[in-house]
Amino acid sequence: MMKPVNKAEISFPSNSVNEGFARAAVSAFLAQLDPTVADLTDLKTAVSEAVTNSIVHGYRDAIGTVYISVKLFENGKTVVRVRDKGCGIPDIEQAMEPLYTTGGEERAGLGFAVMQSFCDSVRVTSSVGKGTSVTLTKYFETKR
Amino acid sequence: MVPGMNVQLLYKDGVLTAKMSGEIDHHSAQEIREAIDDTSQKVKPYCLRMDFSGVPFMDSSGIGLILGRVRLYNFWKGHVVLCGLSPNLNKMVELSGIGSVASIERRAG
Repeated sequence: MMKPVNKAEISFPSNSVNEGFARAAVSAFLAQLDPTVADLTDLKTAVSEAVTNSIVHGYRDAIGTVYISVKLFENGKTVVRVRDKGCGIPDIEQAMEPLYTTGGEERAGLGFAVMQSFCDSVRVTSSVGKGTSVTLTKYFETKR
Repeated sequence: MVPGMNVQLLYKDGVLTAKMSGEIDHHSAQEIREAIDDTSQKVKPYCLRMDFSGVPFMDSSGIGLILGRVRLYNFWKGHVVLCGLSPNLNKMVELSGIGSVASIERRAG
């Protein structure tokens, strides 16, 4: 297992106002990779989706803590993990289906589809009553 | 109103234009929705023109926002037009297939 060359961790209460903070913080940390705007926006969008899932679904009944870790590796590989200790997902496969949502009329049900399309890999582990962890991996072209 | 997010509404000849500025996410989408729906339900315009030219970032909450307005405007047989989409936002719009229920006005040039 390769060791990251740099890492950052943040946590914050699941208030929706923190969605903007979360993606801005991740994006600021990734600036050291000198990423292209397109790559950076892709990951920023995926992080926004994962954080929104934790806030809207994981902690649907109460405010809890959302944890994000960002790890940078030698070859431009970037791993972002978004974790909550919320209600968990009973059926991950169903939750990941495009257009499936339990979020009501105003949610498009595209969160996981966007994460999958905007990252190189998405891994979801979840345990009902214990929480959900989403691991987003993206390879950035290193200009250095 | 969320700091950084702003919606300007302009009604003219049956068309309601909503010019949004700032990032659209689950948090800000709620405010935008309230602003648009409030006026829409009073005036019932035949067309809602959503102008994204001042929006540098949008996640899938923006698609939910559009979809919700399409549904609302369907009640009085109105329609929704999207304009000012940057390549960034366009990627999300393409992925969602929302173009099948809302018309997209392409940028000149």
